[in-house]
Amino acid sequence: MGKLVDLFFTFARIGGLTFGGGYAMLPMIQREVVEKRGWATENEVMDYYAIGQCTPGIIAVNTATFIGQKTAGIAGGIAATVGVAFPSLIIICLIAAFIQNFSDLAVVQNAFAGIRICVCVLIFNTVIKLWKKAVVDLPTVIIFLLVLLGAVFTSLSPIVFVVFAGVAGVLLKNKEVQKS
Amino acid sequence: MMLYLRLFYEFFKAGLFAIGGGMATLPFLYDISDKTGWYTYGQLADMVAISESTPGPLGVNMATYVGFTCGGVPGSVVATLGLITPSIIIILIVAGFLNAFKDSSYVKAAFYGLRPASTALIAAAGFSVVLLVLFGDTSEGIRLGNVSASCIILMVVLWFFTARCKKTKDLHPAIFIVASAVIGVVFRFAGV
Repeated sequence: MGKLVDLFFTFARIGGLTFGGGYAMLPMIQREVVEKRGWATENEVMDYYAIGQCTPGIIAVNTATFIGQKTAGIAGGIAATVGVAFPSLIIICLIAAFIQNFSDLAVVQNAFAGIRICVCVLIFNTVIKLWKKAVVDLPTVIIFLLVLLGAVFTSLSPIVFVVFAGVAGVLLKNKEVQKS
Repeated sequence: MMLYLRLFYEFFKAGLFAIGGGMATLPFLYDISDKTGWYTYGQLADMVAISESTPGPLGVNMATYVGFTCGGVPGSVVATLGLITPSIIIILIVAGFLNAFKDSSYVKAAFYGLRPASTALIAAAGFSVVLLVLFGDTSEGIRLGNVSASCIILMVVLWFFTARCKKTKDLHPAIFIVASAVIGVVFRFAGV
């Protein structure tokens, strides 16, 4: 029970500190889940993120369910997912009920212009940390560059890249196994 | 009661068929507007803008807001539960399979390829935020004149304190987010 409460509040904190899409959640997951609590490793977070890209549902929710399930089974998956959505419910209901034209307020626009810069830097730091774990040899450098270029310059769905990379991984490793 | 059942059903569908980031739910929100008339496209645009400028994952924020608009606080709870229920079911099933096959050499090999791809997708998402921060609206091409010096200075300073400076780099990321919000307000980073 204690673990479920811990999962709920940890993911509520992560949800409340996420500004933007699911990728903006990663610096918080790295700190709260990987470094502070050891519920998942950096590699596992990357795996969940890749799978979360190509399974139904939004990435933020999928990643929360994965980590919760790994930590405390089915109930854990539910606790983490409800937790990540919880701050949104409170904050959006308050704003919708009481504040008109919230996103037009000068203070909100200025604060978010600042926050977005911080989100860029935090994501950049996260990418560097993940890179050290994921990009381990020449084939993984090539996969990284191909997917990065593809995702920036084409409008293909991330599913295409995830499937390509998974197949490439199996083919590359298969060759190694046959050689040895 | 019918309203809440319908809200749950519509958002369950969005959660089941939208794949990827929160913006992937947007077409479903347009579809709900078309079919039910619960809100107009104009209201939806406002709801998206507010969802982008509040904490929380974008998709969840939008579901909560649309739910609130249609049915108050209970509506927001029902819509959000509708959105996350398919994820919970599907991911629990996938996680079960993953646990069963995690020692398979095929699964390990697939992840060897998936991890750099996952990192690249995150880098690409970060890159689009960098473009937005540096150049503003890039739909009509990149204008170098739009880059503000204060923005680049804050970026470099933040990078120093979050990645280089030993005394501060282990601070909680939220501290830097709050500090950036304050700096944004004090120095009017949005220019308003």
